[in-house]
Amino acid sequence: MIRLKNLVAKYTTVRGQVAAVDGVHLEVPDGIILGVAGESGCGKTTLMKVIYGDIGFPLSLASGSVEYGFCTERGEPVTTTNIRDYWFKRISYIPQSSMSALNPVIRINRQFVDFRRNSKREADILDRVRQYVQELGLPAEAIDAYPHQLSGGMRQRIMVAMATFFHPDIILADEPTTALDVVVQKGILLLLMNLQEKMKNTIFLVSHDMGVHYQITHRMLIMYAAKAVEYGDTNAVFERPLHPYTRLLIESLPTIGDTQTRQGVAGRPPSLWSDLRGCRFADRCPFAREICRMEEPQLREYCAGHMAACHFVDRFM
Amino acid sequence: MRTVLKTEKLHKVYTLGSLFRRIKINALDDVNLEVVSDQPVIVSLVGESGSGKTTLAKVVLRLVEPSAGSAMVCDHLVAGKGTKPTKREFLTTVQPIFQNPFEAFSSYRTVDSYLERTAIYVNQLSRREAIDAISQALASVGLKYADVKGKYPNQFSGGELQRVSVARALLPHPKIIIADEPVSMIDASLRMNVINLFLALKRDFGTSFLYITHDLATAYYISDYIAVMYRGCIVEFGQARAVLSEPQHPYTKLLLDSIPSTRWKWERKIAESDIETKEYRFTGCKFHNRCPLAQDICRQKRPQVVRLSDGRDVYCHLVQ
Ligand SMILES: Nc1ncnc2c1ncn2[C@@H]1O[C@H](COP(=O)(O)OP(=O)(O)OP(=O)(O)O)[C@@H](O)[C@H]1O
Ligand SMILES: Nc1ncnc2c1ncn2[C@@H]1O[C@H](COP(=O)(O)OP(=O)(O)OP(=O)(O)O)[C@@H](O)[C@H]1O
Ligand SMILES: [Mg+2]
Ligand SMILES: [Mg+2]
Repeated sequence: MIRLKNLVAKYTTVRGQVAAVDGVHLEVPDGIILGVAGESGCGKTTLMKVIYGDIGFPLSLASGSVEYGFCTERGEPVTTTNIRDYWFKRISYIPQSSMSALNPVIRINRQFVDFRRNSKREADILDRVRQYVQELGLPAEAIDAYPHQLSGGMRQRIMVAMATFFHPDIILADEPTTALDVVVQKGILLLLMNLQEKMKNTIFLVSHDMGVHYQITHRMLIMYAAKAVEYGDTNAVFERPLHPYTRLLIESLPTIGDTQTRQGVAGRPPSLWSDLRGCRFADRCPFAREICRMEEPQLREYCAGHMAACHFVDRFM
Repeated sequence: MRTVLKTEKLHKVYTLGSLFRRIKINALDDVNLEVVSDQPVIVSLVGESGSGKTTLAKVVLRLVEPSAGSAMVCDHLVAGKGTKPTKREFLTTVQPIFQNPFEAFSSYRTVDSYLERTAIYVNQLSRREAIDAISQALASVGLKYADVKGKYPNQFSGGELQRVSVARALLPHPKIIIADEPVSMIDASLRMNVINLFLALKRDFGTSFLYITHDLATAYYISDYIAVMYRGCIVEFGQARAVLSEPQHPYTKLLLDSIPSTRWKWERKIAESDIETKEYRFTGCKFHNRCPLAQDICRQKRPQVVRLSDGRDVYCHLVQ
């Protein structure tokens, strides 16, 4: 079990501090794919950084911690403070826009080898990497290239290869397939699913594509303006979304064959800099009432394992 | 009639790999496209990752010199013989939204300085007017000027930066916007706002778009025409709704079948993966080794264009 305990993460800027993750408190069972969705700028990437333990100026953990469910050699539980010692071995991270995360002036093969310099012979690793990369549908030559020579999709697949190569317990994948065409995306997602079933590890998958979540995740976390607003089994979330934002997320996208005009959700998400009171979605919520603007709804469990933060969940039950 | 977009025999060859494992990639392999219209149009460009969509966009934006062939956009010749460099006029005609917003902005400059530069240099506005125009453009993509001002690219989330790129492209009121995956990082609720904004710009300002995307549903929703690319070649081109509702090329069909649905779940079998670069060198149809219908002729000959009765072009031996 991975425990996210009351995480509050802040960025420091010249304007002051802003909380990009504000009180996320969840338990994630082992061996599942957890989907994370939510509006742009709501703190998904920040949450991934916090879980990865990649915390450093300007990002700071104002409160809370993460317990990863495994221990150090000395038997102490691994938490936010020492997770860095387990990077690549037990936890890996596919950053968002990983296309630009690759160092542009170093050939890909060097970047692969660099992170495990002392672990065996380099040539050996490179051969295995080459083979692995081919399994992911890339030409073996791609790893001899400089990143800028590869298309966005190819770079993304290289990153997926890097992150899964050492079979870590936890993989954080921040929009790993947004740059891919749907055919290749499907290949990668099915591959991730199979790898996950074999390795029995936990994958956090951030995506804006609700179809992707429906296809491969077991549970879903929906975030809005730095808060967790819904958390539950994927099928339950799709069948009966409890939070109005989740509902709009699922319903607002067009489908092929449907020529109706679609409106996005009116209004814009609140600026995290503004004075945030009550439910953060209230301004855009078609059902909002007085209480929504006054009082912040807590994340509560409504049916087994299905939680939401809304004053009027009953409406959807 | 205006030529919104036209390419003739466009080729671009890149070399890839180290000295010993050098391979050539035909990023664009004889691309012929023509869209003429008196009305503004939205042309979607979809297809495989690495099929040359961004390369085509960069040729149109004059950032990449093609190996052969010519290209025209909004009646301006942008590649090939006789191309004239006319900088400012070009920027008021064609504006880009780049695929990866983190690469589009230098990490050492504040993002609003780009917006200001565009407004002052291209639109020739005074500083005061520029700020007004910028605030307006940002508001149209759901951002506040005060939240953007003075911040560097790494202080934004992916979707926020992408929306800033959209706003920047709107400023000069260009005739055509080359939008390379402009909404890939934006969530569903805001994505439709940006997509509807494109439709409104087309209606109110006569702006055309080349919309490059992997999101076929939004392509269906907004575009007039659609071109489907596979490994450097166009495989199907025509009216967007016709192509997407009744795809004719087997690759277009495969694409549509691979969209992750929210209604039914995938069968769990892994499709065999191919080594991409080999296929770039095929003499026959590039899709033949994955095509369920492939015949001998598909392995031997590159298919010629077939024009169907609804005006669409399909590059497939098996389509009549
Ligand atoms: N280095 C930084 N300094 C200041 N603010 C930042 C920084 N990085 C991110 N932010 C802010 O923190 C908030 C959350 O950003 P984050 O990248 O976590 O969003 P996200 O949910 O991943 O969005 P997207 O879906 O667009 O990628 C945003 O409002 C963003 O502007
Ligand atoms: N500067 C370069 N040097 C060498 N090869 C390149 C270069 N730029 C692109 N390529 C290659 O050209 C091909 C087409 O790339 P392009 O970026 O145009 O594809 P794309 O269709 O935009 O892909 P994506 O959907 O992944 O963005 C790819 O195989 C890529 O590796
Ligand atoms: Mg993000
Ligand atoms: Mg591209």
